[in-house]
Amino acid sequence: MSIDVASLDMPSEESGPQLPSRQHVTGFGFYVYLLSDGILFAALFAAFAVLRTATDGGPDGHVLFSARNAFIETACLLTSSFTCGIAMLACDRRNKFVALIGFLVTAVLGVVFLTLEIREFADLIAKGYGPDRSAFLSSFFALVSTHGLHVTCGILWLGVLLVQFLLRGFTPAIQRRFLCFSLFWHVLDVVWIGVFTFVYLVGGYL
Amino acid sequence: MTTQQRHDPRRGDASTPGLEGRQAHGSLRGYIVGYVSAGALTVAAFAIAPSTSMAPFSVVAALVVLAIAQMLVHLIFFLHINTAPAQKTNVMAFAAAMLIIAIVVIGSIWIMGHLNRNMLPMEHLMQMQR
Repeated sequence: MSIDVASLDMPSEESGPQLPSRQHVTGFGFYVYLLSDGILFAALFAAFAVLRTATDGGPDGHVLFSARNAFIETACLLTSSFTCGIAMLACDRRNKFVALIGFLVTAVLGVVFLTLEIREFADLIAKGYGPDRSAFLSSFFALVSTHGLHVTCGILWLGVLLVQFLLRGFTPAIQRRFLCFSLFWHVLDVVWIGVFTFVYLVGGYL
Repeated sequence: MTTQQRHDPRRGDASTPGLEGRQAHGSLRGYIVGYVSAGALTVAAFAIAPSTSMAPFSVVAALVVLAIAQMLVHLIFFLHINTAPAQKTNVMAFAAAMLIIAIVVIGSIWIMGHLNRNMLPMEHLMQMQR
């Protein structure tokens, strides 16, 4: 009994999945970072809400936003969150093939999302409605592109992780990194719920 | 070995977000339920938003409710945050973050809304400066 407790308190890296204490510590620390990221986005949402009507005679959300584009982006991100979860389940079962496919689909859908977003931004800027047009557009670009920047970092991170995974397989360290990545990706999807609701639907229609 | 499998109270708060139990990341069923219900809530939000038959205020209220419901679906089925005793620290940290977010968002909208309403119209201000 006492030996059991000792081994629970001081797990070694080799014992990995049996004793996920280090994973718990890292997971919790990363979770606290994600909560602070949520506060960052809350500040940007507040700025957008306040500056929603400050269009300086320029166009507002009714004119600019396409709900169809936002819907496709939402579908991409939600599905990528789902495939990321499936890949994490495959990691539990040590199914290398399904995990790889799941994470690859996640990355591809992330790239599709990003492409749509960059196209939307380029379109707005080409029409002369860049972030310098009005306070409303500044806050719009700040909020949505911060989310896009997070998605970009997530895709780069996942790419690096997948190379490590292909080279080393299911080591405890890689499992831990996948756990952190999946938390990050799910939280980005939660933030996107706020973006499509308040920017594209409330801002676009009401 | 059985003692290792069971929850050890001394490890009380060691449960990690994203991990259900010792190692499992939820179940396939949980992810499918989460995906389908999140998808349904998204479709509902996009269907309600263009509605002209409802008052704008009720549309906004409906969208807010749908967004919060979908965020909860994500937290429960994808991030596996729940009210199990082992998750006490997670839930406390989450509640603290929600409090700060509520203060930032509601406080900003409230204060800036009042400032906007109490400020002279822009043309008046410009005339006064002449």
